[in-house]
Amino acid sequence: MKKELIELKVNGRSHELAIEPSALLLDVLRGDLELTGSKRGCDESSCGACTVLVDGAAMMSCTLLAASCQEREITTIEGVSEHGSLAAIQKAYGDWGGAQCGFCTPGFIMTVKSLLAENPDPSEADVRMALSSNLCRCTGYSQMYEAIRSAIAAEQHSALSSTGGSTGSAND
Amino acid sequence: MTDFSIIGKPTAMVDAAEKTTGAGKYTDDLRVPGMLVGKILHSPYPHARIKSIDTKRAEVLDGVIAVVVGKDAPNPYGILPVGHDEHALALDKVRYVGDNVACVVAISESIAEKALELIDVDYEVLPAYFDPEESLKAKTHLIHDNKPGNLEKDYHHAFGDPDKGFAEADHRAEARFIANEVTHAAMEPHSTLASFELDPHTGEMGRLTVWSSTQVPYYLQHKLSLVLEMPMSQIRVIKPLVGGGFGGKSEVIPLEIIVAVAARKAQAPVKITYTREEVFWAHRGRPRTIIDLKTGIKNDGRITAVKARVVQDGGAYCSYGVVTILYSGALLGALYDIPHIQYDGYRVLTNKPACGAMRGHGTVNVRFAFESQLDELAAKIGMDPAEIRQRNLLKPPCITVNGLRVQSYGLPECIEKTVERSAWKQRKGKLPRGRGLGIACSHYVSGAANSIIRSDMPHSTVNIKIDRDGGVVVYTGASEIGQGSDTMTAQVAAEVLGCSLARVRVIAADTDLTPIDIGSYSSRVTFMAGNATLRAAEDAKKRIAAAAAKKMNCATEDIVFRDDLLLKKGSVVPPAKNDKSEEAEVTQGGASGSGRVEGQILRGSLQQKRKEEGPKEWMTFEEAVVAAIDFHGALTGTGSYAPPQEARGGKHKGGGVGPSPAYSYSAQVAEVSVDEETGEVTVHKVWAAHDCGRALNPVAVEGQIIGSVWMGMGQALTEEMIWKDGMLMNAGMLEYRSPSSVESPEVEPIIVESIDPEGPFGAKECSEGSLAATIPAIANAIYDAVGVRLHESPFTPERVLAALRAKRNAKNLNMTGGIDPTAPARLREHGGSLCFQNKGPERHALDPARSKNSLSSAGAD
Repeated sequence: MKKELIELKVNGRSHELAIEPSALLLDVLRGDLELTGSKRGCDESSCGACTVLVDGAAMMSCTLLAASCQEREITTIEGVSEHGSLAAIQKAYGDWGGAQCGFCTPGFIMTVKSLLAENPDPSEADVRMALSSNLCRCTGYSQMYEAIRSAIAAEQHSALSSTGGSTGSAND
Repeated sequence: MTDFSIIGKPTAMVDAAEKTTGAGKYTDDLRVPGMLVGKILHSPYPHARIKSIDTKRAEVLDGVIAVVVGKDAPNPYGILPVGHDEHALALDKVRYVGDNVACVVAISESIAEKALELIDVDYEVLPAYFDPEESLKAKTHLIHDNKPGNLEKDYHHAFGDPDKGFAEADHRAEARFIANEVTHAAMEPHSTLASFELDPHTGEMGRLTVWSSTQVPYYLQHKLSLVLEMPMSQIRVIKPLVGGGFGGKSEVIPLEIIVAVAARKAQAPVKITYTREEVFWAHRGRPRTIIDLKTGIKNDGRITAVKARVVQDGGAYCSYGVVTILYSGALLGALYDIPHIQYDGYRVLTNKPACGAMRGHGTVNVRFAFESQLDELAAKIGMDPAEIRQRNLLKPPCITVNGLRVQSYGLPECIEKTVERSAWKQRKGKLPRGRGLGIACSHYVSGAANSIIRSDMPHSTVNIKIDRDGGVVVYTGASEIGQGSDTMTAQVAAEVLGCSLARVRVIAADTDLTPIDIGSYSSRVTFMAGNATLRAAEDAKKRIAAAAAKKMNCATEDIVFRDDLLLKKGSVVPPAKNDKSEEAEVTQGGASGSGRVEGQILRGSLQQKRKEEGPKEWMTFEEAVVAAIDFHGALTGTGSYAPPQEARGGKHKGGGVGPSPAYSYSAQVAEVSVDEETGEVTVHKVWAAHDCGRALNPVAVEGQIIGSVWMGMGQALTEEMIWKDGMLMNAGMLEYRSPSSVESPEVEPIIVESIDPEGPFGAKECSEGSLAATIPAIANAIYDAVGVRLHESPFTPERVLAALRAKRNAKNLNMTGGIDPTAPARLREHGGSLCFQNKGPERHALDPARSKNSLSSAGAD
């Protein structure tokens, strides 16, 4: 198949890429851009290991055409670490045993990112429902809930301290 | 309890950041220059002779570099020395749908896929065997010519006097249980990358490097050597991050061999990564197991005898099968005190993907049967199910009737704690109808006491190198597969050396760099590699202590290693290093300034300096290391571990499987509700107490317990490989029904520490032993909820409904006889995994689908 030029914006950087029109976003991320943090656990949107954010929404990149993602903001797990340090959710997943083999972890973290962006203080039922798009075979999910709770607490704590106790600071 | 500074504290995995940032590399994330892609052609038939393979059309396709077939590497191999029945690619026969026929190497995946369609294979389809009991009757068209009756292996053991035991019993129960086939479905599909180097002396292809998602790099190196006819020293196996194993990567999987043969023929690096469907075909999971179990007890609840006849549907190749069928019998012992055991085990070949080792290898299905039957017997004599288990405890240290040595034994405490935490006594039998509690126990080996390749070599060896920079590098062949192997290694080394975890770097599972370790299976790593690490660290510590003792003018045994310092016993701990205000004082008033500089000072001035200083009260770890290197010339430590002779089991045939230096124990209570309208079972909570000897890293131990319980719950409720004419009908993550977060219960892990006398710091296994108890705990809870006993797993709504209908109609129905005879016709095809077109097991006597009018009533119970 003849290749076409597309422009993809991934983790805040634009890339001009020559790809087959049928190329899947996951293959372009992993192959062309060498962003191998997004994983392939199936080929049919059933495991969630390939989850990335497309304009902030969690999407499974294994069944998404790369060409359809032009002019959209794509965030992969590689774009989650903040200012050279682990994001609260990444640190918490490590501390609380949310990651064992780690293969599903990037996908889960992207799903959690999208959940927390929509709902900064989710109930356990909200978390369970959100995470059900992703599968894990190691953890039984329990320690992930603890990690997520702890990450939320850490975010709230740092939000409080960064505003110096004053109220009404800007979001994000 | 001893005061530890590193172990026993919840510790993030040393590789956690790699995993949470996506920076860590799994095999499929790797690329080498010039790398090609391999794709495998699989058999569409369950049993067929290959009359011819024509690869010409594929070979000429633009972009195809090589096409590989069986005759390119005809040497047989197999994980067990007694089971060398596999070939890289089929030589003359295919034995299951998905068997490996040919491999295309191409410049892209799409070209390789296209080329697969251009390979012409002429098959002569043979009669196939899908059910083990049918397969055993085979006279012709055997799956392997050297296995009459398609019997891979059978064992017949009698320990004590089973007949006498049953004669002494006041009550006996006898029933058939079936546990259907499940698979690991690790999140990472198998992947292997193989690359040959050109030899500078001969100019030909020389050394081979293989990166693979394996639990057992050493075994892979060994099998590659057999098939490729290369010395092991010319083969380097590197294990990158592995995305879960659960036993599925504990043996050599076909692609690992195929890719190396393909790289040799293509004369270029080749990577093969399985699709999810291929992972299901590669399988090596837990076999469908038919268990005819009989147990006898006295009126006081004491077990007098157990008799088990176990038939395992092993699939088309031996794999770990001989070991699996032995584990099923051997681990009837070592949990409870059973004076008489009879075991008849049959590992049978069928035309389906080979079964192998899966978490709780060999024990899980038999444990489901045993714990269910024990519950029935408790009900029969009106005894609390927790109490009947307490009545049958072992009295360690002891050797069981089948030759297993038991030392540490936390089972009594496990039962006590789960009973207490679940408010068992207050709630059991008193919950509203439809809700119930069930209890069960299980155990597992902390490493097999005998290696599958018989030799006198240590099971684990660890080397430690400590250099002048104060960095500790631990070289271990143990394989991190997500269970925390590397973290455990770092923790043990740091604890022994009294240094911080940050100083320790673990180099693991690279056959060129790390000493031989037989891998991550049978829950052996903490016990065996942990002990080897402990010994290696002690070895290095001895040298450091000798040098430090001279400087500190005291005996080596008076030096305490802790928090990156060496102190004289009883001396005051110097100020904490992170305390800035006192740091200056430490440097001045302490020993010698920077140890790094000291090493470079000329000997004369060094001696002068020492004289001025006088003996030291304490030294930093770095100073001590420098002193040790100056004193010894190099600072290394080595340690190895082999299980003690007395833990290696009885002398009977097959007695080598089952023995372990230590056993873990688990007791669980499950709380479930059963919807009597839909048959749906919901697990609300599982309390799981696990005796892991000592919890080196509690957060990891809890993670392993929860994960085991969760995987057991999957097998209990939803997971099942469904076959039709040898074709897997649910080869996908959703279709296989791996539970998602909304279907997963809360699990309360309870750590019990029995402190094993031989484990590293008293530790035993924690990753497998808890799985087996979950299935019977749920089965027993279902009985408590709605009064039906399920004898076939998973407990799907169909099976639960059938049992409820049978109970309502007061029919004596044994579901394990085949398909549910009471189910509406439209559901029947899906109700039993192996019933189709008369090729499956005999249908139930009451099944209307069964020809004519047999009205004989179903089996007992």
